Amino acid sequence: MPSFVIAEKCDGCKGQDKTACQYICPNDLMRLNEEKTKGFNQEPEQCWECYSCAKICPQQAVEIRAYADIVPMGGKVVPMRGTDSIMWTIQFRDGSIKRFKFPIRTTAEGSIKPYEGKPQPTAADLKTNNLFTEAGKTLSVIAN
Amino acid sequence: MSVATAENSHFCKDPQIVQIDTDLLIIGGGMSACGAAYEAKKWAPEGMKITLVDKAAMERSGAVAQGLSAINTYLGQNTPEDYVRMVSNDLMGVVRDDLIYDVGRHVDDSVHRFEEWGLPIWKQHGDEEKTLEQGGQPVRSGKWQVMINGESYKTIVAEAAKASIGMDNIYERVFIVKLILDEKQDNRIAGAVGFSVRENKIYIFKAKAVMMACGGAVNIFRPRQSTGEGMGRAWYPVWNAGSTYTMAAQIGAELTMMENRFVPARFKDGAGPVGAWFLLFKAKAINALGEDYCVKNAAMLQDYLPYGNSKVTPTCLRNHQMLKEIREGRGPIYMDTPTAMKNLFASYDNDKKKCKELESEAWEDFLDMCCGQAGFWAGMNITPETKMSELMPTEPYLLGSHSGCCGLWVSGPNDIAPDEWNWGYNRMTTVNGLFTAGDGVGASGHKFSSGSYAEGRIAAKNAVRFIMENNSDPTITTDPKVLANDIYLPFHNYENHKGYSVDPEINPNYIKPRMLLFRLNKIMDEYGGGCGTSYVTGGGMLSKALELLDILKEDAMKMAAKDLHELMRCWENYHRIWTAEAHLRHIVFREESRYPGFYYRSDFNLIDDANWKCFVNSKWDPKTSNWTMMKKAHKDLVSK
Ligand SMILES: Cc1cc2nc3c(=O)[nH]c(=O)nc-3n(C[C@H](O)[C@H](O)[C@H](O)COP(=O)(O)OP(=O)(O)OC[C@H]3O[C@@H](n4cnc5c(N)ncnc54)[C@H](O)[C@@H]3O)c2cc1C
Ligand code: SF4
Ligand code: SF4
Repeated sequence: MPSFVIAEKCDGCKGQDKTACQYICPNDLMRLNEEKTKGFNQEPEQCWECYSCAKICPQQAVEIRAYADIVPMGGKVVPMRGTDSIMWTIQFRDGSIKRFKFPIRTTAEGSIKPYEGKPQPTAADLKTNNLFTEAGKTLSVIAN
Repeated sequence: MSVATAENSHFCKDPQIVQIDTDLLIIGGGMSACGAAYEAKKWAPEGMKITLVDKAAMERSGAVAQGLSAINTYLGQNTPEDYVRMVSNDLMGVVRDDLIYDVGRHVDDSVHRFEEWGLPIWKQHGDEEKTLEQGGQPVRSGKWQVMINGESYKTIVAEAAKASIGMDNIYERVFIVKLILDEKQDNRIAGAVGFSVRENKIYIFKAKAVMMACGGAVNIFRPRQSTGEGMGRAWYPVWNAGSTYTMAAQIGAELTMMENRFVPARFKDGAGPVGAWFLLFKAKAINALGEDYCVKNAAMLQDYLPYGNSKVTPTCLRNHQMLKEIREGRGPIYMDTPTAMKNLFASYDNDKKKCKELESEAWEDFLDMCCGQAGFWAGMNITPETKMSELMPTEPYLLGSHSGCCGLWVSGPNDIAPDEWNWGYNRMTTVNGLFTAGDGVGASGHKFSSGSYAEGRIAAKNAVRFIMENNSDPTITTDPKVLANDIYLPFHNYENHKGYSVDPEINPNYIKPRMLLFRLNKIMDEYGGGCGTSYVTGGGMLSKALELLDILKEDAMKMAAKDLHELMRCWENYHRIWTAEAHLRHIVFREESRYPGFYYRSDFNLIDDANWKCFVNSKWDPKTSNWTMMKKAHKDLVSK
């Protein structure tokens, strides 16, 4: 379902250090129209509907409109991603609404210290098949 | 589709050329690459440089961009031997037990790291406060899967990788076009070249070892869900374009099992996941008459023994049973979600809170990893407790980490692999210093997100060892300007000819990447066993496909790009064509139908274990430009 940008809500990420939707799209679809200073999807038929752009937009300006050649009109799925949870609003074609909230992470964003408390492997360990967090562990081999 | 016109082309005649000298170059920023970054840094001695380059932003790049609702490989109480048996049977007996076993014995440690970094993993009642490492029992949807709240899975894993090697060593939005061999030492990697998708810059990375994991290949075949606006709704990530297989093949690395493909039967039109529905919610798939066609068509499995007789039917054979129903007009095929939910509600005595939780879990399965399917339900007014949803097999994908096993032929672990599968460094390809993982490693599927991460770690550790034991500087003498010119060819094609026609989109002197992609998709669909022929092909069709691909390759040199975005599309397509060719050549060579339900050769429509229970490998020789196809003996290391 291709993303689209609501003209009135998008401020072109003015005041931010980068255009968020353009930064995030894994398929390089989101782009800034320099004249209008607004984001847009430059190749909608290559959109994976991953919702990364919708989740990251600081203005909530990006939404996903279901593929017109597949899905009947009127439904929509809107994410609101916070720091520890995400809230989804599902609006059905018949107008009814459901809301779901799911946890997304148990630690604060940016707090990961990947090597804290981990063993420092020795040069001799390099020749073994152990990964560094498995130092000293006896690895199993095939037993039939 | 773009608003850019001939007048605002982003072409720059003399792009800036940036050369980066590094020790280890990691290409890709997905699950395997993030694992590689984490592991490599810890083994690297002071001063060893580790560099990572990704065509997208790591935070959301690769197959896990949307998140996932399950980690599909976590052994827990299971043994690696059993894991090997499961994978081998699902992939019809031809896999590398050494590689699979190796993933099995390492994978849990990586899952523990994810949980430590903040990934919420579901626990059984009473164990909520315990981590897996502390003995907390996970909620399993199947024997190997654990349920997670995985919307931020990739964000978390990427954060750890970035913290490991530092942002200064990471290049995002740089698309790697090709690998470079050393000019002095035979068959040794020297680096890679690519371009920035944001600025007029060419990158030349010189490296002593390379760990390449650019995922699988999507958009090789004509997409099934749509040929209009919805074309991007592929099941696998539409942005992984076979770069892994092509770039390695082009420098002479041996490929294995490229005939293997994966045709997932998923929720129709959104390609939403079915695993939790089958395994966790115990739903059944039925035909339009309400028949459980797996039971009804059980006898079909007897044609494919011993695989058909196993307790869990291999994925391709389940497709085989479903395709019969579709062919004979008893579709649509449905997932009977209402009955499954009714049964579960009843098992909770219709306890309101529990029923609500179940409903939420059903939606989360989509919202955590395939939001588009939720959008489809919304537009169709489908709630799973009231209305069944259609299932349908998609177009074929090429991949080595999910339920498929094409990829590169790599060295195995020295304590398990027999001599012929072990040439020194675990996960090294047949090119010295070139390593791979995840979708890149062939003959060992069912690694999924966690196994790919663990395999990236294994590969990276060995790459560091390779550098320490083979510490000579690689040599690249090719003029950087020549490399740059090659990469910018599609820009030159456009600039030189765009003025000839009023609408630069239609011009007899070049072809735009979008149209070239359609041609590839058409060839593969019509002749290569796509859904257009219900996955059937044969000798005549395959030679026609190869003939057309040859012409397509010639025309690919005339692809034209008006901006950096299109330049990337051109090179993605180029990678797709090579991967497609390898796929077809392997299917031609293997004179049987090893994966009924994924593809059929009409002229060899049987499984022939006597002649073909072996690997098929191929090698393209960069000196002679010839493909060599070969059989490699298969061995069961784990009793089956
Ligand atoms: C819909 C779906 C559902 C899945 N469900 C599950 C599940 O429930 N549980 C589970 O455990 N696993 C699941 N998987 C599988 C899992 O996502 C993959 O096995 C895993 O991501 C493979 O890792 P990888 O590193 O090989 O590739 P990826 O993670 O896809 O990474 C590839 C990387 O390469 C980069 N790249 C590509 N080409 C280039 C280039 N030319 N130059 C530079 N960079 C490039 C990409 O940007 C990306 O960063 C699912 C996958 C999909 C798509
Ligand atoms: S992220 Fe949102 S506000 Fe920023 S440019 Fe994109 S659509 Fe506009
Ligand atoms: S939904 Fe995903 S693929 Fe589509 S534009 Fe947004 S970020 Fe890109």
